[in-house]
Amino acid sequence: MLEIDIARKTYPDRGGRSHVALQGLRLAARPGEFLCLVGPSGCGKSTLLNLVIGLDRDMEGRVTLDGRVPGKGVGVMFQEPRLMPWLSVLDNVLLVADDPPQARPRAIDLLRAMELGDVLHTYPGRLSGGMQRRVALARAFVIEPPLLLMDEPFVSLDAPTADRLRSMLVDLWQRRRSTVVFVTHDLREALALADRVCFLSAAPGRVVLEMPVELPRPRAPNDVAVLELQARLLAQHPDLLAGLVTTEPPNDA
Amino acid sequence: MTGSGQGVRESRTPSGAAHAARGGAAGGARRDESGLPRTRNPGGAGLRLGSIVVFLVLWQVLAASLHSATLPAPAVVFQRLLTETSSLTLPWHLSITLARVGISFLLAMVIGTVIGIAMGHWRPLDMFLDTWLVLGLNIPALVTIILCYVWFGLNDWAAIVAVAINKIPTVVVTVREGARAVDPRLMQVAAAYRLTRRRTFARVYLPQLYPYLMAAARAGLSLIWKIVLVVELLGRSNGIGFQLNVFFQFFDIAGILAYTLVFATVVLLIEAIALRPLERRLTAWRG
Repeated sequence: MLEIDIARKTYPDRGGRSHVALQGLRLAARPGEFLCLVGPSGCGKSTLLNLVIGLDRDMEGRVTLDGRVPGKGVGVMFQEPRLMPWLSVLDNVLLVADDPPQARPRAIDLLRAMELGDVLHTYPGRLSGGMQRRVALARAFVIEPPLLLMDEPFVSLDAPTADRLRSMLVDLWQRRRSTVVFVTHDLREALALADRVCFLSAAPGRVVLEMPVELPRPRAPNDVAVLELQARLLAQHPDLLAGLVTTEPPNDA
Repeated sequence: MTGSGQGVRESRTPSGAAHAARGGAAGGARRDESGLPRTRNPGGAGLRLGSIVVFLVLWQVLAASLHSATLPAPAVVFQRLLTETSSLTLPWHLSITLARVGISFLLAMVIGTVIGIAMGHWRPLDMFLDTWLVLGLNIPALVTIILCYVWFGLNDWAAIVAVAINKIPTVVVTVREGARAVDPRLMQVAAAYRLTRRRTFARVYLPQLYPYLMAAARAGLSLIWKIVLVVELLGRSNGIGFQLNVFFQFFDIAGILAYTLVFATVVLLIEAIALRPLERRLTAWRG
């Protein structure tokens, strides 16, 4: 069980004044749950993930995973793939494994499942953006993490590529049942992926609305059910959800 | 290994696109293990050989026209080279000089790298040592050599320390730039996955410094062997530099040219056989 209770998180802005990024934020994710965090730009989503990952520990509050501070074994996907350009695809995945020789078959299986079997020994610079994200996804899953944190991992990809990656993510998650905390500012993406969506307010960020998504899987952002649910939410909470709806036209992929 | 093939289906990153463009331009060029095209220049070896032949011909023509002891013909120099080699005099002095070059080089690289990394990451230390660094970069090598001999005596360690001191500042400057250019986002990946310090250093941090370390090493080798000759000329009783001084005293130009040719060739071979392949291997991912 992931439990987040942040009384206050501040950081100095450019003028040297203290800026409150998060305040009174309480959140929990059940084991195996796919939780999406949605909020407007600058609401502290990435700050929150950095606190959970442990890249930033300067806060008033606490974050626990099964009663302990999250440590080794948490999978992470950033907005950019952040692969080591000097390591091959396979070595990038094995980099995060505790025992690389033992993890090697698992890593190869994962990469093959992601249709990357032909580029195991290729440097990431030779790959497309979508392929690099798939490598980053394999890297996150190779350690079989109880918790996977994802910070808008499919942002800036074209719609068909992003759809394909979402489908791969859900497939892996359903097989391995990691707890996933997925940050996005795209409401449709959240509704297509999540068991539950938490909406954050503008800064200082806090949870202002929680909503289970009970649509059957598999789902895609352009499914009629997802679009209808989004429309209903927009009608019910127009102020809250302003700016969270993607303006790109639906595709038929 | 055809990453480019699949990549066509999806949007490419700028770097990926650049690689693809280069690959496309190469057409049917052979690719190495990483899938990168190997560039070939079939006329390169011929041009290099031709250049050497032209140099020798010019030398011969000049020597024949001057007909002076100040410029012996290539054949005379090569004859002298063979004599010095067969008597083992040249190999002995060469080995001593190479040992001094090697030790000074390693010392300068290790110390320069440690200081460069520390200055690149710790601003107060950078500010504190920066003046020393500028001073070190601007003190003439000759001054350092004389001072080391005066302070530490005419011995091998004084010679090696003098050479290393001359080289360390340039290594520091290069490595400091590398340390400043380390990508914090990649370091965050190592931190997020709780990689051990050792693995973070070896697999995430150090590879980012490789291009800078190789630049420092290559520039260092070319600088150090020249300084070593001066050090030997001024205060040692063996080595190529010492021999050059002896030949100078006896106006033995054939000896000077024979030793210079051999030593320069050996250093070029070290560069070609060791440093360049190492650099290619460490930075192969750049394409």
